[in-house]
Amino acid sequence: MGMIEEVTRQVDDRGFMLTSVDTLVNWARTSSMWPMTFGLACCAVEMMQAGASRYDLDRFGIVFRGSPRQSDVMIVAGTLTNKMAPVLRKLYEQMPEPRWVISMGSCANGGGYYHYGYATVRGCDRIVPVDVYVPGCPPTAEALLYGILQLHKKIHRVGTLSSGWGEV
Amino acid sequence: MSGSGAGALYWSEKQGARLDRLEQLLALRYSHLTRERRRQPLNDALILHVEAAQLRETMRLLHDDAELDFKLLIDLAGVHYPDRARPLEVVYQLLSVHHNHRLRVKVALDEGDVVPSMTVVWGNASWYEREVYEMFGILFSGHPDLRRLLTDYDFDGYPLRKDFPVEGRVEVRYDPGLKRVVQEPTQLSVPNREFYGRQRS
Repeated sequence: MGMIEEVTRQVDDRGFMLTSVDTLVNWARTSSMWPMTFGLACCAVEMMQAGASRYDLDRFGIVFRGSPRQSDVMIVAGTLTNKMAPVLRKLYEQMPEPRWVISMGSCANGGGYYHYGYATVRGCDRIVPVDVYVPGCPPTAEALLYGILQLHKKIHRVGTLSSGWGEV
Repeated sequence: MSGSGAGALYWSEKQGARLDRLEQLLALRYSHLTRERRRQPLNDALILHVEAAQLRETMRLLHDDAELDFKLLIDLAGVHYPDRARPLEVVYQLLSVHHNHRLRVKVALDEGDVVPSMTVVWGNASWYEREVYEMFGILFSGHPDLRRLLTDYDFDGYPLRKDFPVEGRVEVRYDPGLKRVVQEPTQLSVPNREFYGRQRS
């Protein structure tokens, strides 16, 4: 029995389609998460390792983009300074919805080593809403990959066709 | 300087003799300036104390004189000594690649004193002076573009002065109502730790 027949049978039989559409949409979204390259410090080097041949983010359909207009997820990799904060926000707002944010490393999570500095934002969640926090200083490429898989899980768990639209 | 101990790895008799020669040269050319020979565990340092008014001609001679030949400005830094009569200082680290000797030049400053810019002697002084300006509030006369270099565009204060709170006076966050990043007075949920009995003003 093909997928279409199965879908048709379920609609005829049980009368709900919503979950199935969400599942379909979530499957599509998680299978091609294009991250915006936002390397701010040494975490960016680990992000590059995750994208290189050993961990190879391409096999998850993850392709780094240089433009926020082509991106679904922003990986904030590194120390966010006060001077950079408005730029980060502007680039986040230029991303099409639905969009997600991964905060990578101690500095992006809460200021990290520079928490008591005069020029550092004490956590990038003060500027953009964060979905997944990856701890570490810097996190290994595996840790970042695990964070991305956690984001996949989150989207499968709470994602719907309409979620992620028009939120702050 | 004796040739024994860990210093011997880095400091040879030859280098000592070279510094002696430089010291003699400076005694001839700059008899009016204060010289200081600092004996250090790993190497010796030769320091020249200059007043801001004499700085430009002094530096010009240090750069142009074939026997001194300081063609390289290694670094230019500011220092804040709050307990001194003249609390600010600008320090220049010079190197002659040809003669392989180094010199440190110090200019003591009062609050509000202006230092002549060294961009006409060494081009790389430009960004160093911009950084010293934004971190210590020291002004350089004749600088082509004395803007702040690293900190936020509307940053207020001189962060490397000792009386500047290390956490800063303002922090930023995004305001959903105003739809922009706003500045607010710094509020730490966990205060910074006190080290070495440091007193907070």
